[in-house]
Amino acid sequence: MARVLMKGNEAIAEAALKAGAEGYFCYPITPQSEVAEYLAKRMDEVGGLFLQGESELAVANMLFGAASTGKRVFTTSSSPGISLMQEAISYMAGAQLPCVIVNIMRGGPGLGGILPAQSDYFQSVKGGGHGDYRLLVLAPSTIQESVDLMMLAFHLADKYRNPVMMIGDGMIGQMMEPVEFPDHYEEPELPEKSWVATGAVGRKPHVIKSLFLDPYMLEKNSWELHEKYDQMKKEEVRYELYKVSAKNKIMIVSYGTTARICQTAIDQLEKEGISVGMFRPITLFPFPEPQIHKEAIKKNINDVLVVEMSTAQMMEDVEKAVLGKKPVNFFGRTGGVVPAPEEVKEQIMMLIEKQKKTKAKKKA
Amino acid sequence: MDQQNQTIFARPDAMTETVTHYCPGCTHGIIHRLVAEALDDLGVRENTLGVAPVGCSVLIYNYFDTDFLEAPHGRAPALATGFKRMRPDMVVFTYQGDGDLASIGMSEIIHAANRGEKFTTIFVNNTIYGMTGGQMAPTTLPGQVTTTCPAGRDVSRTGYPIRMVELLAALATPAYLQRVSVHTPQHIIQAKKAVRKAFEYQLEDRGFSLIELLSTCPTNWGMTPSEASKWLAENLLPYYPLGCYKDFDKAEGDK
Ligand SMILES: Cc1ncc(C[n+]2csc(CCOP(=O)(O)OP(=O)(O)O)c2C)c(N)n1
Ligand code: SF4
Repeated sequence: MARVLMKGNEAIAEAALKAGAEGYFCYPITPQSEVAEYLAKRMDEVGGLFLQGESELAVANMLFGAASTGKRVFTTSSSPGISLMQEAISYMAGAQLPCVIVNIMRGGPGLGGILPAQSDYFQSVKGGGHGDYRLLVLAPSTIQESVDLMMLAFHLADKYRNPVMMIGDGMIGQMMEPVEFPDHYEEPELPEKSWVATGAVGRKPHVIKSLFLDPYMLEKNSWELHEKYDQMKKEEVRYELYKVSAKNKIMIVSYGTTARICQTAIDQLEKEGISVGMFRPITLFPFPEPQIHKEAIKKNINDVLVVEMSTAQMMEDVEKAVLGKKPVNFFGRTGGVVPAPEEVKEQIMMLIEKQKKTKAKKKA
Repeated sequence: MDQQNQTIFARPDAMTETVTHYCPGCTHGIIHRLVAEALDDLGVRENTLGVAPVGCSVLIYNYFDTDFLEAPHGRAPALATGFKRMRPDMVVFTYQGDGDLASIGMSEIIHAANRGEKFTTIFVNNTIYGMTGGQMAPTTLPGQVTTTCPAGRDVSRTGYPIRMVELLAALATPAYLQRVSVHTPQHIIQAKKAVRKAFEYQLEDRGFSLIELLSTCPTNWGMTPSEASKWLAENLLPYYPLGCYKDFDKAEGDK
């Protein structure tokens, strides 16, 4: 298919259809309502299901019911709506149901604002709902990547029988960029869905549940889930390195559109003869912990700088990855304030000043 | 044929042989049987999905020989909506208590009913939270004693009990709404007809159907099973009148 200019929200919707999504459930919320508006028309054309529910609480539970059929289903929302979905997300993780949830994040806490933010990192990556579970979390930085990851999300959800969350800040939803869709989404073969509820015809009933009253059974289920998360850590870590070289003295760690702002800063600094590299996690769970560690401990790196649109959430995971081997610094804007490349540059210059001083001290 | 060995009464095919965990005299068991008989009569067991609530009947999936989903507290109608929309060819029912449906799940049931979701809800009203040990429900009668209204429900503080079928009957969409009871054999026979009709309506694609069944909770009412049945007749029936509150066929005229 040729390249087309598309708004992020609409591209995400179209990508889901390319991946074979047959059901979509939604409740309006800025900045992602265009997904629903787009699919309200498109789902009819492709013979899929579009349903606007009465609340995100209901929507996520509809998704639970729909996912039990084994068909590919998804929802999209933004931060306050995602909070309401946590109940069903926890239940689906417990019952091992595949589905895709997109969070086009806005500033919080509370009603917050409607402008781009990355402050739902903890909620997405650390559980969000109750119980021992994780979501596989993908974080695109461009509209093309949103399309690619959206399709991948359905594959991974089925592969692991686990909800997959794609998080983008408001810019991902609202920006327009050229994108290319494959004519057909090619994916590795998946095992048959032998667990689905399709009627007990000539077999024992299937019960899709997260209830295990026997603590040993619940513990077993929790360890089974844990094994899947371990497998994700082995097989699904995705990241990108930008201008990483032995000349770098500083390594930025940033994700989503914030990483693109950092890229601009890095490009400008390069012209000024200052070499900075960037590590951009694409999967936030599994987090590229060993990979960040490996890059951060390289001799040439004096400082790590985490840049996020939150008050230092991913920062905690980067610190855990770096294990105190190098100083981990932080720069963040939040509440819908988007950092400017100049601000990132300023942070880099401050770090370089600091490094010079330390060097001078050491000599003295 | 050997007349003496003829089977005249058996477990419905739609039920498993698992012994239920319900307290002696609890009418959840009778209601399970009515649902199973309806599925048998209509020959739809293999094409049925049940959605279990959170409440005493949370383990209903152990007693039915059909596929089941176990929903979060109150959300069964949302799960049923998602499932049935993806599989309109299947028969779907939710089984819910009054805490589940009329308190925490009020929003889900009203909107599912109002969208005319084509599933059947079996609503078991025992006026109390059975599973958690007998707390006040939105359906608890004025003056009724529970662990969270030990002096009896004070309507000046907690309002009057919610009459669910009447509430839902205010909506234009639902196809069939009826209240029945299971405290005497005669009532059970009427209840059986209503449950069956609700599933028939679903099979005929007529829209949302809900049967409210007045049920006993001898344990948390602090009564023997026979006292509980008597208490139901004397106290629940006047407040929760039995009858059909909405029937698609009859309502055809006003549409
Ligand atoms: C979100 C949530 N809140 C509370 C509970 C605890 N809880 C379990 S069963 C129940 C009440 C069930 O009462 P009802 O629906 O009337 O059914 P019954 O047990 O009487 O059949 C409650 C409050 C829960 N499991 N989940
Ligand atoms: S507590 Fe009440 S509703 Fe629950 S099983 Fe016992 S009698 Fe039945």
